[in-house]
Formats: sequence, structure tokens, C-alpha cells
Amino acid sequence: MTDHTPGTELPEDRAPKRVIGTPSPASGTSLLGREEQAGEAAVPGVHPPDEKKARRAERIAALCFFITFLSGIGFIASYVAFQVNTVDNTAVSNLALGGTLTLALLGLAVGIVVWVRGVMPKYNLVQERHPMRSDAETRSYVGETFLQGAQESGITKRPLLRRTLLAAAAPLGLAPLVLLKDLGPLPETKLRHTVWSPEHNGGKELRLVVEGSGQPIRAADFNSPGGLLSVVPEGYEHDLTALAKATLILINLRPEEIKSGTNKNWMHNGIVAYSKICTHVGCPAALYEQTTHHILCPCHQSTFDATDGAKVIFGPAARPLPQLPIGVDSEGYLVAKGDFAVPVGPSFWERGDAEAEVRNQGRTS
Amino acid sequence: MSTPTAVPKPIAGTSGWLDDRLGAGNFLKRNMRKIFPDHWSFLLGEIALYSFIILLLTGTFLTFWFKPSMGHVIYDGPYEPLKGVMVSEAYASSLHISFEVRGGLLMRQIHHWAALLFIAGMMVHMLRVFFTGAYRKPRELNWIIGVLLLSLALFEGLTGYSLPDDLLSGAGLRITQGVAISLPLVGTYISFFLFGGEYPGEDVISRFYTLHILLIPGILVALVTAHMILMWVQKHTQMPGKGRTEQNVVGAPFYPAFMAKAGAYFLFTFAVLAGLGTFAQINPIWLFGPYTPADISAGSQPDFYMGFLEGSLRIMPAWEINVLGYTIPLSVIIPALVPLGIVMTGLALYPFLERWITGDNREHHIADRPRNNPVRTSIGMAGITFYGVLWLLGANDEISANFQISLYATTWFGRIAIFVLPAIAYVVTYRMCLGLQRKDADIIGHGVESGVIQRLPHGEFIEVHVPPAEDIEAHMRGKEAIPMIDGAEASETDGVPPRGLRGPVGRLRARMSQAYGGEKIPLDAGHGNGHGDGHGEHHAAIGSGTGDDKSLTH
Ligand code: HEM
Ligand code: FES
Repeated sequence: MTDHTPGTELPEDRAPKRVIGTPSPASGTSLLGREEQAGEAAVPGVHPPDEKKARRAERIAALCFFITFLSGIGFIASYVAFQVNTVDNTAVSNLALGGTLTLALLGLAVGIVVWVRGVMPKYNLVQERHPMRSDAETRSYVGETFLQGAQESGITKRPLLRRTLLAAAAPLGLAPLVLLKDLGPLPETKLRHTVWSPEHNGGKELRLVVEGSGQPIRAADFNSPGGLLSVVPEGYEHDLTALAKATLILINLRPEEIKSGTNKNWMHNGIVAYSKICTHVGCPAALYEQTTHHILCPCHQSTFDATDGAKVIFGPAARPLPQLPIGVDSEGYLVAKGDFAVPVGPSFWERGDAEAEVRNQGRTS
Repeated sequence: MSTPTAVPKPIAGTSGWLDDRLGAGNFLKRNMRKIFPDHWSFLLGEIALYSFIILLLTGTFLTFWFKPSMGHVIYDGPYEPLKGVMVSEAYASSLHISFEVRGGLLMRQIHHWAALLFIAGMMVHMLRVFFTGAYRKPRELNWIIGVLLLSLALFEGLTGYSLPDDLLSGAGLRITQGVAISLPLVGTYISFFLFGGEYPGEDVISRFYTLHILLIPGILVALVTAHMILMWVQKHTQMPGKGRTEQNVVGAPFYPAFMAKAGAYFLFTFAVLAGLGTFAQINPIWLFGPYTPADISAGSQPDFYMGFLEGSLRIMPAWEINVLGYTIPLSVIIPALVPLGIVMTGLALYPFLERWITGDNREHHIADRPRNNPVRTSIGMAGITFYGVLWLLGANDEISANFQISLYATTWFGRIAIFVLPAIAYVVTYRMCLGLQRKDADIIGHGVESGVIQRLPHGEFIEVHVPPAEDIEAHMRGKEAIPMIDGAEASETDGVPPRGLRGPVGRLRARMSQAYGGEKIPLDAGHGNGHGDGHGEHHAAIGSGTGDDKSLTH
């Protein structure tokens, strides 16, 4: 803070030059005995209040401070008096603690405002402002000193020193970035597989179980058209990372409703399984409208047609929800016959048009 | 009021001791009576500052019990409906704070409300600075610091919101990850490095915790401090008014008046937040349940400051392109980056663009009244409208449900409104600014209605107009023509433009300078004798307004 003005108050130096701790010369300008002229500035720009008003304000402020005093005590008392550990008790404790705290803060705040407005003078002081820039002389002094210092240090004359210094800094600067590499494994092809893949489970075809209850689903029991289930892979019910890709919605469709987008070979008895993970940015597409067979993602309202391979009919999602090939095991329970043919969930750079690849493979094989 | 006598011994002794060692007397001499101007809008920044302090206090309290871990535990606390459910330690400890720590729920709720007020306060404060032109020289650096603070605060809020690991915050985290992974080239790496592998993994809460309680608050504290120091050194701007010039500050001294007022204001902010924390439930995570990527509650809404991103994701059509085996998910990248980019970059660059257009290199300490810089004010209102449309669309499902409008209709409304409404806002604001300027000129020229009816000798009744009160007139007269770059007019007329204004960019600059600058409605218009102080030059700008503004400047 170089170019600061000493607390100038115009007109003419109201802040007298004195050392802290010595008596103030301001004592000469006593305001005593001038009460009847209250409101008039004894010092230019400082208008003390009317003493009667000031006394009233003092009393109000004192009352406010007293309220704060009592509320503070109330707060401490509430802490001791009201225990928590049940929902109802917590509600009471919260009300008591919060209520007293609010009152205490409010009392203090109002009290101080009344104090400032009622007891302190009204101010209309003027302080000078100066341009931010330092004067030309200072600037050139700094400039010269800077150059002189640079010369003294030798950095300007000795290129070897300069270049090796720069070279030395570069790898050291990179080191922290390198250190961050172990924050995570590389993506590789992890996003292309889910735990449904039988290879992932030593060739075993995973059962579909109901999310929450963990019940396996007998195809014969899930036979009312229009029904919907949220489904997870057996054995991974609590593996959130697996669920973030493997969760399904299971829908029962009437045969006549099924359109060409749906792969019928991957269905079982009118039951179709789609990834529940929205292809937009990954929310669970959890809403289902039975009459229209629309699957709706609550996050940004992408809407998918369950009868037509879950193709997008509205919203920002660009791709259908991938379909999972399902069948039944020897006991009649629904199982996954394979993994999704395309990566599930949000799009990513390396994904490519996986759907087109699958279509092309289908044509060539 | 009693006479100041000697400073009491204990204070004199202590301060003497300190001054012997620090020489602080000099600093205090200069600063104790520093003058602070007064205007209600100057308090907005203080709201943000005090909310931040309250965030630090309540947040520190929360850290004493919060466990930033995604390890699974079986919930065994007092909240019956979740007993026996498998939850993360982070979620369990948030419930512990809520139900088993006295004052814990209060602190959690105050913390959350303070986060909202912090960001809201910053936004409104920033609008005040924008509309009054308080970002102009020499305050550009503080403006940039402000933009950084706002951006960081959004991140801070995002990381904090995710910590309790409940179903609602998980939805936000999922969207964040979906956006991160969609970035071209680096998306999957960013996502894998952030989450320590595939989403959600087991690391993100503890990493967010470090960001939320150490890294970002540390930077915020540093930036807030720098912000305050710069404000102190450069002194506050003041509204135009009696006795106020570019070379002075008029107001109350820091000690004792401003200090006490600031203290009271902090306590008010705290009281309001404590009241909200007591009476207005916020983020009842026990109702949402623990996070699972398999579930979501319908009608999930993020905190208000994330709403505009939500809205922009919602109105985006499903564009995605595949080139050479790589995917560019435009339907995610555009809405996630473009509005935020426009708003933040636009804000950061505005002082420099304005200076480039007006060529104004002077220091400014008198705040503009928004009407007196119509183009700036209109741009600001267009920006607010742009933001507002996105924000509103972030809740289009609620709007659709509450007002029985088709969901898709609201989306389509948003897709159109995002382009149309800001333009309308611009035009309407521009006209309003000129209208208000005209009103000012009228008051200066004809005075205000006094309410006194006078009968003239020939029988006519008139209402007596009296000159406006001195301070009001001073307030209005604190207006000056907006500068234009030298020679901007030459490019319009047949004069030869100066060298810098010849190329296409130069010509654009000259045209923008003309539209932006000048005096649209001179205060003393129509009073021939007026203050012939160079207004003539600016009159030339009227009528030669360029581009869109042509019809408006008349
Ligand atoms: C500066 C701006 C800050 C913002 C915008 C912010 C925002 C948030 C939000 C929105 C939450 C969720 C609250 C909830 O549970 O309802 C949160 C939680 C939390 N914050 Fe902050 N915070 C800030 C600063 C801090 C600081 C400085 C600390 C600690 C020193 C802190 C510690 C915490 C902790 C421990 C939690 C989790 C507690 C829980 O949810 O039970 N925060 N924060
Ligand atoms: S995540 Fe489903 S629409 Fe955005």
C-alpha cells in the first residue's frame, strides 16, 4: 500500500498527527454543553445525534443485548436438557438449539444496528483518492533497479546458466503430474463388458434377480404383459460398480406389440431386458408408462420405446438402451445368455458406433 | 457523548507494546478512519463473505464426525426405516451427525443453507458490480478474482453436495461422471482417474472430501483475502451524488461506524442462516436413502446453482457424431460446456472488451447508474435471461406437473426461448434505459411536480414545477457520456479512419464503439443554453447508431 493517503479527511487534516497512546488533541473540541445544538457538526462531516434520541437508542440496544444474553444461556441449557438419538428428540433439540441461537444472533445484530444508528454520529466524511499508479520517478527507479539486479545476478549475460536452469525446471515441473498416474487404472476395454458376460463368471450364466429382494425370477411367474421389474445380477447385489453398468429393466410385452427394433432372439416368452442405465449421462431410466410402453429417464427426460428396441423417441439421449440376451436355466429361472453387444451407459470417445458394428457383423456372418 | 481523554492504560500499554514491535501505528493511522461509502447494493458482497465464514465454521464442525469412506456398513442407528440396510460409511456418518450429535443436524442444515446463500450472494454481488460498471479500471483484477471465486464455489458446492452419499447426491455425481466421460479424447481417462477406476468405485468420496475441505477452501480463502485487500487498497466505488467525485470517497469511517455495521451485518446473516437451519428442512438425506446406481427418485432436483446446467442438458436435442470410430456426444458436451463457457468467459472478458470498444483508459470510481450505459445493461439483462431460461428448464418436470403442461412442450419452449428471450430482453432493456434517461433529462430540464397548482394571471391553471432536491439532482448529474475510440465516427462518414480502424476488425470495432458509446439522451437536451461542454460531439452519435440499435437510438 504505497501511495496511501494518511487518513485525510477534508477539510484540512482532521486526523491530527499523534502517536497512539498520547492524549488526543481532539479533547480540545469538547462537545459537552452543546447538547442543545445536537445534530450540528462540531467536526465537519460528523453529526452527533440528539442526546435524547441517543439515550433511547442506548436503552433499546441494551434490551437487545440482554435478549442475546438470555438466549445464549438458553442455548447452553438446551444442549444439556434435550438429548438426541431418536428422530423426535432430534427435532426438539434442533428447534431449541436453533431457536435460541437465532434469537441470540438476532439480538446482537439488532442491538448493534440500533447503537450505530442511534448513538454514533451520522458521518459525511470525505477522503481523497489518488490514482493507483505510482509516480514516474518511482516507476523508473523500480525499472532501473530491476535491470541492475538482473545484471548483477548474471542471468542476462550468461546463457549457459539461463538455459540449464530452464532445462532443470522442466522435468521437475512434470513430476507432480506423473505422480498422479496411479489415481486410477487405464480404461482399456473395461467399459465394453459387464458382469453379465458368462466369460466373466467362468462360463456360468448369471441369474436375473429382483433389485432389493434378491429373488430370482421364474419366467413363468413374470407373465402379465405390461409388468416391469428392476433387475440386478445374482451375486452382485451390493457391488455398486457392477450395478452401475449391469442393472436392467425387465418388461413383459404382448407379442403383437413387439416391433422390429427389438431383437426377438434375445427375448424369452415376451420378456425383454434392457439396460437401465440411460445412454445420455447414466441416470437409471426408472420410469415406465404401461399404456405407451415408454421408458422415461427422470434426469433429462429421454424417452425410449420399449417395444422397439428401446429406441429414443424424445430427449437428449442419442442411442437406444442396449438389450441383453436372456433365456432360462434348467430350473426355469431367467438368466443372461451373454453380455450386451454394445457398451452401456453414457457415450465416450473410444466407443465408436458400436451399434453399426454389430449390425455389420450380423450381415457378414 | 463524553470527551475523549487519555486512552485507558491497559489498551495504551498493549498497543504500545505491539507498536514497539510491529510499527502498526502507521498502518492504523492511515486506515482506522478509512472512509466507506454507503449504498444498499454494497452489502451484497458482504452477504457472500459472511456466508463463507459461516461455511468455514459449520464445515469444520461437520468434519469432526464425518467419515469420508465408501466402505459398506450395516446401518444400526436410531433412524428406524434404515436399520439393517447396507450403506456407505459416509452416509452412515452423515446420519450420525444428524441424529446422534447434539446440534449436528442444525450445523448440517446451516452449512447447506449457507452454501446456497454464499453462491446466491456472490451472483447478485457480481450483477451489482456489472451493472454499475464497478469492474472498470482499476478494478479489473478484482473482477477476475470474483469470476474465479464464483467458478470455484460451484465446484466446492458440487463436491460438498456429493459427500453424504445419499440417493439424491448420487444422481448428481452420476451426471457429473456422465459429462466427464463424454469429453473427447480425455473423457474416459478423466473419469477413471477421478473415480479410481469404473464409476462409482470406492474412492470418489474420500477424494471429494480432500477437495471439499482442504484444496478448494484453501484457494477460496486466498482469493477472498486478495479480493478484500484489493478492495481496501483501491477503495470502494461510490454512487454519483452531492460532493462525490472521481477523486474522493464520501461516507462513514471504518472505525467505529463501518466496523460495527459490518459486525451487525455478519450477525444478521448468521441469524438468518441459523433460522433457516432451524425451521426450514434442507437435504433430509435419511428420506432419500443410500446411494445405488440402480435407483433414482423421480423429480430429483440439484441445488439451485446447478439448475442451469441441468436445464441445458434437458433442452439439448440428441446429437451425437461418430467419426473414424470415435464418438463425439454433442448432446452432452454442448450443454455442459457451452453455456457455462459463454457465461464465465463472457464475464471474465467483459471489462477488457468494453475497454477495447470504448477506448476508455481512465480510472473510474463513481459507479454508473445502469440506465446510463444502455448497451451494457441490455447485454447483462440478456445474459440473465439466458441463464434464467436454462435454470427454469432445469425444473421443467416440476413445471409440467404443477401447471399441467406437456413435458415435451416445455422442452420445446426452452429450445426456442433460449435464443428468442435474450434478444427480447436486450431490446426491452435498451428501450427502458433510454426511457429512464429521458425521464432524468426531463426532471433536470423541467423540475419535478410540486403538487402546487397555480393560477396564472390570464386564468390558466398550471402545476408548479420546482427544481429537484439538490442531492437527487447531483445523483442524476453524475452521468457522463460513454467514451468512443478516437476516429470511430470517421469510419462512418467519408473521413479517413485512423490506421487501427481500417481492417475488418477495425471497422467492426469502430461501429461497436459508436453503438456503445456516446450520449444517447443528453441531460440538458432541448435547452439550447445548456452546458455547451462538448456534448455537440456526442450528438453526432445519435442517429448514426449502427446495426441492431439503429431504430432504437431515435
Ligand atoms: C466454501 C464453500 C462451501 C460450500 C459451497 C459447501 C457446500 C456443501 C454442501 C452443499 C454440503 C452438503 C450438505 C448436506 O449434507 O446437506 C456440504 C457438506 C459438507 N461440507 Fe461443505 N461447503 C463449503 C465449505 C466447507 C468447508 C470449509 C468445510 C470444512 C472445513 C466443509 C465441510 C463439509 C463436510 C464435512 C460436509 C459433509 C457433512 C454432511 O453432509 O453430513 N465444507 N458442503
Ligand atoms: S441421464 Fe437420462 S436423460 Fe440424461
